[in-house]
Amino acid sequence: MSTDHQQTEDPQGEAPGTSEKPGHKLRSYVIGIGLAGILTLMSFWVARTDTIYGPGVPVLLGVLAIAQMGVHLVFFLHISSAPDQANNFLSLAFGIFVVGLVVFGSMLIMANLNDQMMPMEKLMEMQR
Amino acid sequence: MNALPGTPDSVPLSLRGPAPTRVVIAFGFWLFLLSDIIIFGALFAAYAVLSGQTDGGPSGPDLFDRGRVLLETGILLASSFTCGMAMLAASAKQRSKMIVWLLGTFALGGAFLGIEVIEFSEMISQGAGPSRSAFLSSFFALVGTHGLHVFVGLLWIVLMIAQALTMGMHERVQNRLLCFALFWHALDIVWVGVFTIVYLGAHL
Repeated sequence: MSTDHQQTEDPQGEAPGTSEKPGHKLRSYVIGIGLAGILTLMSFWVARTDTIYGPGVPVLLGVLAIAQMGVHLVFFLHISSAPDQANNFLSLAFGIFVVGLVVFGSMLIMANLNDQMMPMEKLMEMQR
Repeated sequence: MNALPGTPDSVPLSLRGPAPTRVVIAFGFWLFLLSDIIIFGALFAAYAVLSGQTDGGPSGPDLFDRGRVLLETGILLASSFTCGMAMLAASAKQRSKMIVWLLGTFALGGAFLGIEVIEFSEMISQGAGPSRSAFLSSFFALVGTHGLHVFVGLLWIVLMIAQALTMGMHERVQNRLLCFALFWHALDIVWVGVFTIVYLGAHL
């Protein structure tokens, strides 16, 4: 066995929020609430301002929301891609994958169905 | 060279025995939270599909008050912070400090829920209840489910304070508190999606 291999964590990994470094965590909560507050104010400003090119607003709002969710995950839930967090990170990735399938799959299918619907007047005509 | 006594690196992972209880509990709860987020994903999908189907009734921009939503967001964010502070006090085994932070979290969560109830009752009294249109049904389903989760969180805080008072800072209480903190932070993440898609997205 190599002697320089420093393994200070539990070999079977950590769950979210279980690592105990109090000083480190206080700082992370303070950074987290600061960043989340800034991102929230930016979102509300972006939504009401006329300075930004209109069609770019939804994209910007999406980016800000994803950034803020990331801030919450990293600074409040203490999720990271560290080796001892592999389980948490993989299950998070799977959760995001399923949410993405459900949301974008539903929107795609319903938009497609909507396009293929017979116009209402024509439908009424046929029912006569 | 190794951290845990009795588990040298040469022992394969499969033979190292179960992980500590705290890690097992928190990881299991993390999986529950992810499946809860998938429920919200389904409600978000319903809202995204139905948000334009107002049936001639009021639409989002007619009903939503942005200043109020910003206030709600700030309150929920602050409650996430106080919840984190309660966790730090709990891991330092400072019971009274932890209870004070938990009471702060309860007050902020209660204020959030109060504002939401006022908003809902105003909408219903204006004739914009969940049965008015598909848009409003999906709105009440999504935001109402989030509010219901916050309400459960408030009950959970009361329970945790009672247990901390009666059982002390027992390991079991600490584990339950850890799960509560994960739950509360996850609700804040869902709220980020709610205010972006429902409240800010409505005006686009």
